[in-house]
Amino acid sequence: MNFSEPDPMVPQPYKVRQIWQETHDTFSLDLEPKGPSLHSEFAPGQFNMLYAFGVGEVPISISACSKNGDGWIHTIRDVGTVTHALHQLREGDTIGLRGPFGSAWPIDESKGSDVVIMAGGIGLAPLRPALYALMESRKNFGDIALLYGARKPEDLLYTDEFESWRGKYGVQVRVTVDNADRTWSGNVGVVTTMIPRVNFDPLQTVAMICGPEIMMRYAVLELRQNGVSEENIYVTMERNMKCAVGFCGHCQFGPAFICKDGPVFRYDRVKPLFSLREV
Amino acid sequence: MNAPVLIDTIGLGQLIKLLQKKGYQVMGPTVRDEAIVYDTLDSINDLPQGWTDEQEAGHYRIKKRDDNAYFGYVVGPHSWKKYLHPPRRRLWRAEQKDGEVDIIPESAESTRFAFLGVRSCELHAITIQDEVFIKGPHVDNDYRLRRENALIIAVNCTQSAPTCFCVSMNTGPKAESGYDLVLTEILENNIHHFLVQAGSEKGLELLGELDPRPAKESDISKAEKGIEQAAQQMSRSMKTDGIKELLFENLEHPRWDEVAERCLSCANCTMVCPTCFCSTVEDVTDITGDHAERWQRWDSCFTMDFSYLHGGSVRSSTKSRYRQWMTHKLASWIDQFGSSGCVGCGRCVTWCPVGIDITEEVRAIENAGSKTSTPSQGGKE
Ligand SMILES: Cc1cc2nc3c(=O)[nH]c(=O)nc-3n(C[C@H](O)[C@H](O)[C@H](O)COP(=O)(O)OP(=O)(O)OC[C@H]3O[C@@H](n4cnc5c(N)ncnc54)[C@H](O)[C@@H]3O)c2cc1C
Ligand code: SF4
Ligand code: SF4
Repeated sequence: MNFSEPDPMVPQPYKVRQIWQETHDTFSLDLEPKGPSLHSEFAPGQFNMLYAFGVGEVPISISACSKNGDGWIHTIRDVGTVTHALHQLREGDTIGLRGPFGSAWPIDESKGSDVVIMAGGIGLAPLRPALYALMESRKNFGDIALLYGARKPEDLLYTDEFESWRGKYGVQVRVTVDNADRTWSGNVGVVTTMIPRVNFDPLQTVAMICGPEIMMRYAVLELRQNGVSEENIYVTMERNMKCAVGFCGHCQFGPAFICKDGPVFRYDRVKPLFSLREV
Repeated sequence: MNAPVLIDTIGLGQLIKLLQKKGYQVMGPTVRDEAIVYDTLDSINDLPQGWTDEQEAGHYRIKKRDDNAYFGYVVGPHSWKKYLHPPRRRLWRAEQKDGEVDIIPESAESTRFAFLGVRSCELHAITIQDEVFIKGPHVDNDYRLRRENALIIAVNCTQSAPTCFCVSMNTGPKAESGYDLVLTEILENNIHHFLVQAGSEKGLELLGELDPRPAKESDISKAEKGIEQAAQQMSRSMKTDGIKELLFENLEHPRWDEVAERCLSCANCTMVCPTCFCSTVEDVTDITGDHAERWQRWDSCFTMDFSYLHGGSVRSSTKSRYRQWMTHKLASWIDQFGSSGCVGCGRCVTWCPVGIDITEEVRAIENAGSKTSTPSQGGKE
């Protein structure tokens, strides 16, 4: 893709169509282009740079297409300066947006295979469009499993959609949390412990993982032990990012630029660096 | 492209005037603050005539020459990247009114620069930055415009500094391509001549207006001898065969800990390096809060903020930052842009306050072999 026109560093104005709370610290923004829509196509896994007026710009994954196809939904955890400013937005406000950027989840490559999706915390946001794409042409894929872990029950995203994913599309949705009080009747424990509890054929499975680095490391290890090959495991990487077009140098991960070569990587391609610290 | 010709000092002065008349801002070497830096040249008198530089790891000093050579120095703390990829520039402005936001792109830079005195290693450095800013999937239009407008007059090196290692990097000392004109200074009995050759149509046109005289075989061989001398003086070297594999296989080498004990993480090496391109952005608003701007400025992988992610920096140790810098320069750059990120100019060696030498660091890893720790540092943690 070539965004040299318009200037890839200049954001386009987008209007907040809707903003709503997902959990106590996480919210979603539905953004619609102002003026003629430039492009609302995207591939699951891609992200946008969102600019809060006067405050700053941050990379945020696309978590869904807007309902009428004109714009994108982003799910954001309020963790610091810019995400907090985005949290303060109201319907009708304008923000800047550049994108979409980056690599995508291997949806086409997964045709005819089982798919295991593993997400930790906010990591489910960039994976939701992948799930939607799989469900949209459900018959092209074998067994689909979603293994989703969060710290506490109140951190779980998109819980109201789980029933339809399970019932309508036959997705094996398994949820777990690290800590919970007695009102929680679900699983407690790390997300990898649920691998044996879903059906998939390790020799014909594509795995897509997004979460904290440590969680992804264990997930890869466990999947490998189950017989899933390295070429069929996809992970995402996160690094500081200022430009998203390969100019600023911040998002380097060894030879890769996360912004253009990632954020989704085939595991065997990043393996040598994956277990090193401070890369 | 054409037969070499000869001009004298008057011709050089005319060249500067001619460029100015054609609307170029002529940039070149000049003495300032006890260094030879690049700045605007008004006339030939601004050139560092009779000056040279003395360089070693962690050491730089200018001193008078015995002769009155114009280009008798090597390279200083500046490089041409400050004009093509400026240290600070505004990317855009935004106005907020009644909840509406207007984003106004910066109008593209139109200065036409003529760079006089570009060394061979620097020509390579410019080509390397072209790969970053204009040859990828996205184009930095501001850089592209500055670059397309720039006229390049290279000057061959006839002497090298002890910090140079362009021969190892295959980037010098002779300028082979990427210039509009190339000059070689020939100085005999304090009488000046410059052997000139055009490398482009634009260069050829300029030459036509200078009224040069044809060069004799002996002029050409004097120029060649000068360049050869620069190559022969070069004492530093770096083995580049298999360097990518060497560094990637040794990311946990104890040498990184050793260099980290000396490195101050001051970022000098990245600022002076002609290929280092990293930048960050600053968002500012005025007092009313209705006017915002985004600025880009040079950044360095040696800062803590560079790798900041919510909760902390990925590269919090000096070791990991030095390793990032050096492996990027010499190894991952090859994967990213198809060449080394180092042109052997020696600036990082000279301007490192503690004299860390990139060639020595490579050698240390190479000599110790992979994976084994150096015995002298055996008990170190
Ligand atoms: C490709 C990609 C996709 C992402 N998708 C999402 C998403 O869908 N939802 C979500 O909530 N978060 C996502 N993040 C993380 C999100 O960008 C950070 O949480 C955000 O930048 C924090 O900014 P802040 O100013 O609020 O925090 P502060 O802690 O105040 O950070 C200060 C600055 O550091 C930089 N920074 C801090 N953390 C990160 C980070 N994790 N990644 C990159 N830069 C950072 C930013 O420039 C930020 O403005 C994504 C990150 C990347 C790289
Ligand atoms: S790494 Fe050092 S020697 Fe190599 S180009 Fe940069 S400043 Fe010059
Ligand atoms: S290597 Fe030298 S110049 Fe570079 S950051 Fe370390 S101390 Fe500074």
